[in-house]
Amino acid sequence: MIPTSLNAWVATPEIFLLCSACIVLLFDLFVSDARKQVTYLLTLLVLALTAVLTIQSLQQGLALSASGVSAARFAFNHMYVADPVADFAKLGMLLGVALVLIYGRSYAIDRGIFKGELFTLTLFSLLGMMVMASATNFLTLYVGLELLSLAIYALVALPRGNVRASEAAMKYFVLGALASGMLLYGLSMLYGATGSLDVYEVSARIAQAQFNPMLLTFGMVFVVTGIGFKLGAVPFHMWVPDVYEGSPTLLAQLIGSAPKLAAFVFVLRLLGEAMGQFGPLWGEMLKYIAILSLVIGNLAAIAQTNIKRMLAYSTISHMGFLLLGVMTHSEIGYAAAFFYAMTYVITAAASFGLIMLLSRNGFECENIADFKGLNKRSPWFAGMMLMVMFSMAGIPAFVGFFAKLSVLRALVDSGLTWLAVVAIVFSLIGAFYYLRVVKVMYFDEPEGELLAPAGELDAKLLLSLNCLLLLVLGVFPNQLLTSLSHAVNLTMAGSAGMMLQ
Amino acid sequence: MLESYFPVLLFLVVGLLVGVAPLVLGWGVGKVLGTVRPDPEKLSPYECGFEPSADARIQFDVRYYLVAILFILFDLEVAFLVPWAVVLKEIGLFGFISMMIFLAILVVGFIYEWMKGALEWE
Amino acid sequence: MVTLTHYLVLGAILFSLSVFGIFMNRKNLIVMLMAIELMLLAVNMNFIAFSQFLGDTAGQIFVFFILTVAAAESAIGLAILVVLFRNLRSIAVEDLGTMKG
Repeated sequence: MIPTSLNAWVATPEIFLLCSACIVLLFDLFVSDARKQVTYLLTLLVLALTAVLTIQSLQQGLALSASGVSAARFAFNHMYVADPVADFAKLGMLLGVALVLIYGRSYAIDRGIFKGELFTLTLFSLLGMMVMASATNFLTLYVGLELLSLAIYALVALPRGNVRASEAAMKYFVLGALASGMLLYGLSMLYGATGSLDVYEVSARIAQAQFNPMLLTFGMVFVVTGIGFKLGAVPFHMWVPDVYEGSPTLLAQLIGSAPKLAAFVFVLRLLGEAMGQFGPLWGEMLKYIAILSLVIGNLAAIAQTNIKRMLAYSTISHMGFLLLGVMTHSEIGYAAAFFYAMTYVITAAASFGLIMLLSRNGFECENIADFKGLNKRSPWFAGMMLMVMFSMAGIPAFVGFFAKLSVLRALVDSGLTWLAVVAIVFSLIGAFYYLRVVKVMYFDEPEGELLAPAGELDAKLLLSLNCLLLLVLGVFPNQLLTSLSHAVNLTMAGSAGMMLQ
Repeated sequence: MLESYFPVLLFLVVGLLVGVAPLVLGWGVGKVLGTVRPDPEKLSPYECGFEPSADARIQFDVRYYLVAILFILFDLEVAFLVPWAVVLKEIGLFGFISMMIFLAILVVGFIYEWMKGALEWE
Repeated sequence: MVTLTHYLVLGAILFSLSVFGIFMNRKNLIVMLMAIELMLLAVNMNFIAFSQFLGDTAGQIFVFFILTVAAAESAIGLAILVVLFRNLRSIAVEDLGTMKG
């Protein structure tokens, strides 16, 4: 008995990634510690090949939709879907993870965490993210989420002798497990309310009014709480600064970049598709979470002297913006949030990459004071940091500005002009602490010896390209924005079509 | 719209009570009914009538934890194997191959821990 | 007659106990790991009850996955705990404070 809807080929990128992660795991056992570069190169090769397979899947999806068929291809009995949203998100995640490894190479070597586990666990966490992006069943969503989280808990604890890293891992673990528990409790209520675990089935049953409203409200509250924890949005944000500060910068970059994309697709599927009918209800909850995130994130960031902590609070405020886009529950809002998440991956990668290249063996560049007079030491690095900070602050001509603008546009379109005003006010407050870093770099005298940034040529070159990309995407954002909103439209139209059946 | 959250609020309140009640009860009942008259004999750990030979809180060798962790991981596959074995006749070759793929992935993990030396006691 | 509500109430009680175990416990991290485990078991209770009363097996399959993930989670939790103990020589929650916050 072979189910006709197995269609395993739809999941080729994930299956390939799983097999190669296993191969990397076994291969690394036979590589001596001094020659881990081989494993590193093999990992990058795996990422590149997975990207090729994902691009193929994306082209296939776009071709299907161009010929009038639904772009969504289902596999494993409707538990898994490959659609343009998932494929775009996966490409972003692959890029984010590859940047983590490339920027972090010399940092990891210096700190003795350039081990096989770093690569295999990173690959497995990537696999978890990709499964999350493609899951259309609560079961696959949960398994993907846990694969991602478990791999990252272990990664944070990788520097074994480091107190702060193990403490950060423990905090991350406890609060992450609490978040999963909340989410699961919510999912169990949703299952009880509608009698199905399938995202589309749930949405269809809600449309046909075959559900228990009280259980559903319960489920929704717990699911939103769980999502809030995972995203690090405000009432549930206490783990974010500690984890960013305590974990090795390399892993702060991993936590802060690609998983945000996975979380966005997760929210899109769970709230946007499964519970689309209740858009106003959960939108209300997300609204308060988003406003609080903007307020607390931006205000607390001002008080920080540690740049990793500052970036942690800045992540919180960025997640607030992302949720503002989602809460409108409109296609333009989702597209804006998707664009925001995608560009945030690139921006966060650049910021942590810079911090890592400025750190070297025995010296952790983590206080804002360490950036004093960077312009005198290395004008090129100071210039790149300037671009990243400008982009995060949302200064025009950089991509961060355009990302914020598209979210604001979605808000105004949904008649929430006051919310847009609140967002603008807090972005302006936020600009203060980003610009403070710029001021420190250009106008303060350097302290102590003048050390030039470390790092290999490839990382420096890529980092420069990355920062230039922030500018290029800021000037020409339309190509990316149209592709992403096209993908979102296809997905939302697909789930609407599924409901009519 | 807000009133639809009333049951959730109620749940949170009841949850709070359920969480706090055992603590308060245990503490309060002990206060009211209990008497505290310690003497050295009462405070000493009870060990079958013998004088305690060592502190009851000994540190376990960390290697026990390692074995326990590995045991949990490989123990749980049975949760999948049993239902699979029960219906194997009905799911046929497809079911068989699926489980073999699952076991193959598990074996990869096993080889890894073996080669890493996690199974060596010394 | 035991109805669905009874199971849900049991699940809710277990769930609130575990949340309290995580937030109120200041002594031992192992207790926290146990509270996390209890939370997942509360969810399992819900899933099984719903699955039984809806006549749908999908919920029970979900329970299998939660059980396995819970095992992996506690394994990782214990491993992190061992690393933490080696560095800190303590597993008290209060000692987790080298970072501000």
